[in-house]
Amino acid sequence: MYTLLTGPVFYIALGVCIIGMIVRFYQYFNGLSWQLDRVAYKEYPAMGFKGAVRSIYKWLIPYGTYGWRAQPIMAAAFFGFHLGAVLLPLFLIGHNVFLKEKLGFSLFFNLSTPVADCLSWIALISLFFLILRRLVLPEVRILTDRKDWGILLISMAPFITGMLARYQVGDYTFWLNAHILTGEIVLLAIPFTKLSHVFLFFASRAQLGMDFGIKRGGLKGSKMAW
Amino acid sequence: MPEGTLCNKKPVDTAEGITTLLADQSGKTYYEEMKSLEVDSDLLWKTIQNTCKTRLRTWLEICAHCGMCADSCFLYLANDRDPKQVPAYKIQSTLGEIIKRKGKVDNKFMLHAMEVAWAQCTCCNRCGTYCPHGIDTGIMFGYLRGLLYQQGFVPWEMKIGAGMHRVYKAQMDITSEDYIDTFEWMVEEYEDDYPGLTVPVDAEDADIMYTVNAREAKHYPEDLAEAAILFHIAGEKWTVPSKGWELTSLAMFAGDWAACKMQVESVYDAMERLKPKRMIGTECGHAHRATVVEGPYWAGRKSGRPPVESIHYIEWLAEALRTGKLKIDPAKRIKEPVTLQDSCNYVRNHGLRETAREILSYIVEPGYFIEMSPNKEHNFCCGGGGGFNGIGYFRKQRNVGLKVKRDQIIATGAKLVISPCHNCWDAIRDLEEEFEIGIKWSFLKPLIIKMLDIPEHLRPEEE
Repeated sequence: MYTLLTGPVFYIALGVCIIGMIVRFYQYFNGLSWQLDRVAYKEYPAMGFKGAVRSIYKWLIPYGTYGWRAQPIMAAAFFGFHLGAVLLPLFLIGHNVFLKEKLGFSLFFNLSTPVADCLSWIALISLFFLILRRLVLPEVRILTDRKDWGILLISMAPFITGMLARYQVGDYTFWLNAHILTGEIVLLAIPFTKLSHVFLFFASRAQLGMDFGIKRGGLKGSKMAW
Repeated sequence: MPEGTLCNKKPVDTAEGITTLLADQSGKTYYEEMKSLEVDSDLLWKTIQNTCKTRLRTWLEICAHCGMCADSCFLYLANDRDPKQVPAYKIQSTLGEIIKRKGKVDNKFMLHAMEVAWAQCTCCNRCGTYCPHGIDTGIMFGYLRGLLYQQGFVPWEMKIGAGMHRVYKAQMDITSEDYIDTFEWMVEEYEDDYPGLTVPVDAEDADIMYTVNAREAKHYPEDLAEAAILFHIAGEKWTVPSKGWELTSLAMFAGDWAACKMQVESVYDAMERLKPKRMIGTECGHAHRATVVEGPYWAGRKSGRPPVESIHYIEWLAEALRTGKLKIDPAKRIKEPVTLQDSCNYVRNHGLRETAREILSYIVEPGYFIEMSPNKEHNFCCGGGGGFNGIGYFRKQRNVGLKVKRDQIIATGAKLVISPCHNCWDAIRDLEEEFEIGIKWSFLKPLIIKMLDIPEHLRPEEE
């Protein structure tokens, strides 16, 4: 099982994810239309670039925008979860060792065990809060559909199985396999579901940043992060 | 009955058509006919396939359903946090649903979509700046309005308004002659007070080509005189075009993109014909948005800019005060609590966040200007934007929507609300009528005129 999951299934999942997202990125930018979107993308590349970068950068900073500051608790949960969701898969030492073995390279640095543990717990607690929010707040409940729960389940599974494996609760091999499988499910789901936001977030933010930067105020010197 | 005689998929493009529609009081028959108007699902789906590209589709797809847009929407707040007023819900349950069903929606669905598109969103774009993914629901509602218009599901006044632009190149039935006559008549009225006051019509190579809101010619002609007086005293070389003088676009509110194009092209033609250095539009928000910000795209101008530099009235006013072309008598400055209504269309959506404040720094005694909270790009819609003010069918919903602005104004303690935007001005007037909170409201022009320090040589001769 382990050999299968870490062999062909891993390569397929990673390949589908990367190729899928390259295709989606291409489709996104190829589908932008200056006349339909009413944004002269090509006429003002410098203003567009500035707007796009500002829009992405500011929203990546905790409390960096008015929007984040308006909802401080949601922002805490959001960043609590996303920090773990981005840093752990990429920089956990076990993941890097695995990458080195499979692909011949590892990523920049390794998270130390206490930091990794800490991030994992914060992510899990934040996830718990996000779920609670979805259940309790009427303005979120009305939006929530089965797909949202599905995405939450898919994203949560690698965390939970990873933690169970890390603390060796019960059968380590079983949890490790479950962790790898659920991780691969995430990779496979990214291009085809809302999880595509891991990449398309940048595309969508860049577009709005260009829109405001080129057309809706950027040229008037507004410094707002849209 | 698939198509009504009044309510149908055909745009109105004759004067008779407009008269017939207007004769139907409050659109009673029009809305009755709408209840049996058939949906052309094939056309709807074809249009979506041709025009709904990755930007909108990605927005609809990646919306995380997080609800962070809820609090950003004044209509959500005004309606006691009704979850059905959450921006993401409003667009997913209308445009999202139409796309999901590949255009196969029925009459009842479209009637509901019309209400959501015109009575639950003013396209103020505030939610767009509160979404982590940068999803601008206001833009999507603008798009949805276009689809609804094409199918004939458009509020009566919007259908008429778009028709007016098609026929008269103005939002009201005012011909070029009517317009110029009114302007000249108003200027004559004030000639004695301002010797040498004129309205230069169709002058070529002027520094300024001035464009207006047709309402001014029809209902508030003093506004035309005030504009003339201020240009006169500032010593500007200005002109008004006899054709292409209308800055506004009810067609934009209606989602009638073809009429939008016709309208702005008439203004751009005037620019090409008269070759002014700059175009200055009156104190109106959506008009600026339509002609200066969105218009170039409707007209197919790749640069995204009108043929000549086009600025909002407040930009000119701030400049005239800054450069000393207009001087304020400090003794006449406003000395009562005053606040400012930021128009979504040129503040949030065109970056003019400080311009009106610069003007206020000249005309308000220090200490008397109180900001609304939130303000500038984060200000709430007046409550009547996007055509909402003008739709009788949704008047009840509009009046509920005014509550947020009412409370913002009350919290400032201001007695005067300065509102350099026709839509905001109307909404604030209506909210005073509805809730009687004891405020006055005003454009900038009449206030400035009262405070001007007029140079000796421009004053009337003493008798």
